Amino acid sequence: MTIGVKVVSRPGSFSQQLYVPAIAMGMGVTFRHFAKNFFGNLVGLRKKTDIQTIEYPEEKKPYPARHRGLHRLMLREDGQTRCVACMMCPTVCPAHCITIVPEQAPDGTIEKRPRLFEIDELRCVVCGLCAEACPCDAIRMDTLDHAKPVTRRVDAILDREELLSRGITSSATQGGVGGFWRETVKGENQAPPEAVVQPVGPPSGPTPVSSPSTVPEKTLP
Amino acid sequence: MLDYGSTLFTVIVALIKILALLLGFAMGWASILTWMERRQSAMMQDRLGPNRANIGPFKAWGITHFLADALKFMVKEDFVPPKAHKFLFMWAPVMAMAPALIVGAIIPFSAPLCWGHALEGQSPVCGTPILGQIARLDTGVLFYFAVASLSVFGATLAGWASHNKWAMMGGLRASSQMMSYEVTMGMAVLGAFLSFGTLEPGAMVVSQAHSLWDWGIFRQPLGFILFLTAAIAETKRTPFDIPEGEPEIIGYFVEYSGLRFGMFFLGEFLEIVFSSALIITIFFGGWSLPGLEQVFIDHNIPNLVLVLVTVGIWSIKVMLFSSFQLAIRWSLPRFRSDQLMQLGWQRLLPISIANVVGTAAWTLFKG
Repeated sequence: MTIGVKVVSRPGSFSQQLYVPAIAMGMGVTFRHFAKNFFGNLVGLRKKTDIQTIEYPEEKKPYPARHRGLHRLMLREDGQTRCVACMMCPTVCPAHCITIVPEQAPDGTIEKRPRLFEIDELRCVVCGLCAEACPCDAIRMDTLDHAKPVTRRVDAILDREELLSRGITSSATQGGVGGFWRETVKGENQAPPEAVVQPVGPPSGPTPVSSPSTVPEKTLP
Repeated sequence: MLDYGSTLFTVIVALIKILALLLGFAMGWASILTWMERRQSAMMQDRLGPNRANIGPFKAWGITHFLADALKFMVKEDFVPPKAHKFLFMWAPVMAMAPALIVGAIIPFSAPLCWGHALEGQSPVCGTPILGQIARLDTGVLFYFAVASLSVFGATLAGWASHNKWAMMGGLRASSQMMSYEVTMGMAVLGAFLSFGTLEPGAMVVSQAHSLWDWGIFRQPLGFILFLTAAIAETKRTPFDIPEGEPEIIGYFVEYSGLRFGMFFLGEFLEIVFSSALIITIFFGGWSLPGLEQVFIDHNIPNLVLVLVTVGIWSIKVMLFSSFQLAIRWSLPRFRSDQLMQLGWQRLLPISIANVVGTAAWTLFKG
C-alpha cells in the first residue's frame, strides 16, 4: 500500500505570482528602516532611531540595584572591619572561595577579627549566600561592580585591604556600639543619614556604576 | 613625440584609464562595498554594524574595516587541501576575479576629453577626443557577456579542484545557474539593442543624453527588470545564492582561506560594481544627465570640467545602484534550487523572448 500524499495547493494572488509588486513592498519595508536609522544616526538623533544597541565600552547600562557584584567588607564607625571572623561565610560558601584566619585584636577593643580575609573571585559563583549568612552586616555584594579581568590568577584573589577599601560604615548595631537603627533612620538621634557617609577607602575610580558612594543605601532592600 | 593618435600616446592614455578605473574606482569601491554591505544591512535590520575600526583618530563610521579585513586575509594561513588539484586550486580565484575586472574595459565612464582643447569651451564637435572608455568595441555589450560568462569557470573549477563534495555541489550549481541565466540576460538586453540601434555602450549613453524619457528604463521597463534579475543571478547573490548556499552547502569556496578566499570575496563585489555600471549604461543614461551637455555649451564651460562632472555623475550613479543591489540582497528570501531553474527557464526566458519580439515589432512598424 502506498503512502497517501496530500498535495497542498498554494494559491497566491496574481500580484504575488508576478513577484515584482511583492518585492517592491518588501524593499519598501527595509528601505523605511534603513532611512530612519541611517538619517537618524547621521543627524545625531540616535535615540529617535530603532537601533537599541548599547555601545558597551562607551555606554554602560546601569546594573539593577539588587545586582550581586564584587564583595566588600563593611566598616565600624571607628574604621575597623565589622567582621568578627565567625566563619559563617566560609561555612556556607558552596564554592569554598572564602579563606578566613582569625586573630585577637591587639588593643582589646574587639574580641576577634580576621587576620586574613581572602576571596577567590575565580571560584566565586556569585550566589550571595555569604552576604545572607553574615550576622554582622560585614560582608556585602552590593558594589554594582563585577570581577575585573586579570592576567594572573593570583590577582583575582581579593585580600582584606582590597575588600575593605570598598567598604562604608554600616548603620547596623553591633556589640552595643553604634546608634539604634530606628532612631538613625528617623534622623532623630545622633548619627547622620547613612547615605551621605563617605567611603573610607580611596575613591574607586571615575566609572560611576562601580562607585559605592553613589549607591544610596536606602534604595537597597 | 606624444602626438595625438601615435601608438605611444594611445598606450599611455589606455594605461592611465585602466589604472584610474580599475585601481582607482572599481577596486576601491568594491572594497568599501564589503564594509558597506554589513553596515547597510545592519541599518536595515535596526542594528549598528561594524563601526569600530579606526586608524588613530580617523574612524569615519568604521569605513576602515575593509583595510582590517584585507590585513586579516593576508596574515591568515593559506590552506590547500592535501587531495586538492593544486594547480587549479591555485588559479581558480584568479579565474573568478579576472573576468570581473576585464569587463570594465567597455564601460563608458565620462564624456570624451578634447585633447589640446581641454580648457576651452565645450564644442559639439571635437577632432581629437580621448574617450571616457578604455576600449571602444563595436561588439560592446556582447564582449561583456562573453567575458562575464567566463567567470563561471572560476566557481566551477574551484568546486571541482577542492576535492570536497560540498564545494563540488556548489560548483555544479554555479555552472547550471549561470548558464541558465546567461540566456535570459542576453535576451533581456536584446530589446534594448533594438531600441537603441547599437551594441556600443558609448553610443547608447549618447543616445540617452537628451531627455529623461530616452533612458533605457523608460524604453524597456520589462527588459530592465529581466536584466536586473539575471544580473543578480550572475553575481551569485541572494535571492540567487544557490552556488554559495551558506545555510546548506557552504559553497564552491568552502576549502579556501586567506587571500584566495579574499579574491573570491572581492570578485563578487567587483561583479556588483561592473554589473551596476552596465545597468547604468544601458538603462540609466551612463555618465550623462538629461540636458547637461547643452548647459555646458551654452555657458562656454571648459571641456575638462564637463569630463570631471560626468565622472562624478557616473560614480554617484554606480554607487547608488550598487547600494540598491545590496538592499535587494538583504530584503529578499532565497530561492530553492529547483525554484531557481523554474523561474529562469519557465518564467523569465519566455517573457524575455516575448519582450524581444514585441520590441522588434514596435521598432519595425514605428519607423
